[in-house]
Amino acid sequence: MIATEHVIEFTYLIATALFILSLKWLSSPATARRGVWAGEIGMFLAIVGTLLHRGIIDYKWIAIGLVLGTVIGVPLGKVAMTAVPQRTALSHAFGALCVTLVGTTEFYLRAPDVSPFMMSVLSLEVILGALTFTGSLMAAGKLQELLPQRPITYKGQNIVNLGLLAVAVGIAVTLVLHPDRTHLFPVMILIPLLFGVMMIIPIGGADMPTVISLLNSYAGLSAAAMGFVLESKLLIIAGALDGASGLILSVNMSKAMNRSFTNVLFGAFGQEQVAVAGAKEARPVRSASPEEAAGILGAASKVVIVPGYGMAVAQAQHKVRELYDALTKRGVDVKFGIHPVAGRMPGHMNVLLAEADIPYDKLLEMDDINGDFPQTDVALIIGANDVTNPAAREDQSSPIFGMPILDVDKARTVMVIKRSMAAGFAGIDNPLYYMDKTLMLFGDAKNFVGSIVRELSGGHN
Amino acid sequence: MKMDFLTGLYVFMLAAFIGFEVIRRVSPLLHTPLMSLTNALDAIAVVGAIILVGEGKSRLATILGTIAIVAATSNIVGGFLITDRMLKMFKASGPRKP
Repeated sequence: MIATEHVIEFTYLIATALFILSLKWLSSPATARRGVWAGEIGMFLAIVGTLLHRGIIDYKWIAIGLVLGTVIGVPLGKVAMTAVPQRTALSHAFGALCVTLVGTTEFYLRAPDVSPFMMSVLSLEVILGALTFTGSLMAAGKLQELLPQRPITYKGQNIVNLGLLAVAVGIAVTLVLHPDRTHLFPVMILIPLLFGVMMIIPIGGADMPTVISLLNSYAGLSAAAMGFVLESKLLIIAGALDGASGLILSVNMSKAMNRSFTNVLFGAFGQEQVAVAGAKEARPVRSASPEEAAGILGAASKVVIVPGYGMAVAQAQHKVRELYDALTKRGVDVKFGIHPVAGRMPGHMNVLLAEADIPYDKLLEMDDINGDFPQTDVALIIGANDVTNPAAREDQSSPIFGMPILDVDKARTVMVIKRSMAAGFAGIDNPLYYMDKTLMLFGDAKNFVGSIVRELSGGHN
Repeated sequence: MKMDFLTGLYVFMLAAFIGFEVIRRVSPLLHTPLMSLTNALDAIAVVGAIILVGEGKSRLATILGTIAIVAATSNIVGGFLITDRMLKMFKASGPRKP
């Protein structure tokens, strides 16, 4: 019997090592797939080890759960790349659901005999789990456009939200002191469930990368808390790794949005959409046709393409790939400048462009590409707005002042593919559009890029 | 396995440090797969749910535990699948066309 226990612990030990290697190998695209295999093997070992557990007397429901989970998981693993942000949010919800349910069960199995430390981590587990569950469902709903994407704000929103959280913490403290008051436990779950909803209500699309990262971090921390409850080192470590990953991404995203991290931690984002007073007098812009754009692009020697969420919405990535091919064939040096918060989750643009078969060494981060813009002939912006707004650098009164941007305005010619002159997410006007060197290309991103590609190939054949 | 809370805190702290150091090195290129991979690894919480259901200490444990297994398993299967699909797409430029 003791031997079995040791075997189980040994599988957990190997799984832990494999999990860490898995993340380590993810550091470069060359070794990344090995990382997935390491994770899979570790997971398989840990589950098989657990099934040997001698306390297990009935396998029926375990088998049903594993089969049903696989049936749901396979289609979730096969969603289209454009749906990856909502899939990710949904998986945070599932992870949090698992943790919350296990925490709830553990409480009712143990109460009233729960030590103060145990009750503290148990409370942390279910509070974080519950708010991550509803918060992630809301985020997934917004990303899937099942829910209105417009941020909904009202006066005193932060006070209401923080108040809710304070009540939940108050109940947790009461339960730590008096674990026999089991009737309080459901309230301690319901309030964070509500908080999760309230937290996401004021969030607009452009804040999604930050929010998803933050929910990622919460999901990890709640799993680590569950590790303390179950006294499982494996779970503590997996939770800590996930929590650290989410935290790093959240910090990255908040830096890229020029938000303070405390601002993000308390979910007080999405508050800055001050509608810029009315429509100002229409300023003149220069627009160009696909033929003109194709002419300029074809004559350039260095082009940087800056994609944004608009490219994803228009599903233009494959046309962009054709443009990349057409220009590369003519000897034009084409690179992509990726802002950290372009899209709806960290790394979103990279995945879409990789899906369209664009080599990853052409995808450059903001800090790596910014030095190139002064030597760039054409910066072509496809469906991005605020991340290219020079007001963030120059205009102290701008709501996005201080946000790091892609310095596209330093290129010799700037082209912006845009549906209309409507302001971007934050309702902030972009002075870039009124510069003399800027050409506005009005139209649907996919069609417009398609027309440019036709012009380019037509000119040669 | 018995474990006192202090040991747990040490394990947590060390894992957090390793996590920060390892994940800091992940290229922003791969931040989306990073999130889906850590999400799949995080679903190791399934082991807790499995024991809960297997021990069958109460009806509540069986019902909630089974739902928990379903949720975590779908994350494991879906998370690994989509991470691998994404990583397969990342190709370096060059004449090699697999």
